[in-house]
Amino acid sequence: MKTKLTILAFIALTGTALAVPQTFDFKDPKGINNAAFKLDAPLEAINGSASSISGTATFDPENPGATKGKIIVATASLMLPNPMQKQHMLSDKWLDAAKFAEITFESKELKNVQTAGDTTTADATGTFTLKGVSKEITAPVKLTYLKDKLGQRVPNQKGDLLVIRANFTIKRSDFNIMPGQFEDKVSDTIEITLSLAGASPK
Amino acid sequence: MKRTIRMIAAILIVGAIAFWAATGANRGWTKTRIPRKTVDEVTGLEGIQWQKKFVPGVDFLGAALLGAGVLTGISFFVPAKPK
Repeated sequence: MKTKLTILAFIALTGTALAVPQTFDFKDPKGINNAAFKLDAPLEAINGSASSISGTATFDPENPGATKGKIIVATASLMLPNPMQKQHMLSDKWLDAAKFAEITFESKELKNVQTAGDTTTADATGTFTLKGVSKEITAPVKLTYLKDKLGQRVPNQKGDLLVIRANFTIKRSDFNIMPGQFEDKVSDTIEITLSLAGASPK
Repeated sequence: MKRTIRMIAAILIVGAIAFWAATGANRGWTKTRIPRKTVDEVTGLEGIQWQKKFVPGVDFLGAALLGAGVLTGISFFVPAKPK
């Protein structure tokens, strides 16, 4: 009996030690991944999105709270319905897409982690970099681990999916985007919604 | 000539309003692309696809009104047809 318990304890400890976090790649072959943004304006709200998203995250289904990762958005992929507004947004006066080609968020720590089944909610604290300015922010995130679902999304591939949803706000003035200017025409607050799926092939 | 210019101005305004109304009477800015939302069945994520479509807005109406105003203004400088 004692020997059996020792073996079981050994297996459990070895299993824990071997639980390696999986790496998920957020380059989406289906083009669904997006970062939507909204700014209030007098005539109508400015709604746009970015589609060129990449990055990786390490996720351990046994320990979702240890999730870390970096999401990169290509500034030039930001799209608006009005071509003149888009031109202004990417110009050197606003985002300066030619000089600052990437917008990034690097998550360093998850707090207030709550897991129910395959879904984890938490507050992700990390560094948000926009127009060359880096600020520490905290964003509520929802992680959904979809085991063995990669094949349903990408034919002939086996693996897992990690879905990340996040909603948070930033202020453009914090990132040197026309600080204190045109606030009567374009709000200082930018609402951002991330909808991302990462793949971890086996 | 004077009358022709004024008629063109009137047609420009009426045509612009009719086109604006026929394409949805968008009270925002003119759009050349519109977002179409799609749902990924596996992940449940909502994707955004941008489709090319011209949707005139209030700035389009404003430009048409300005154009008609300029034409009408020009018509005042056109000498009247000698009787």
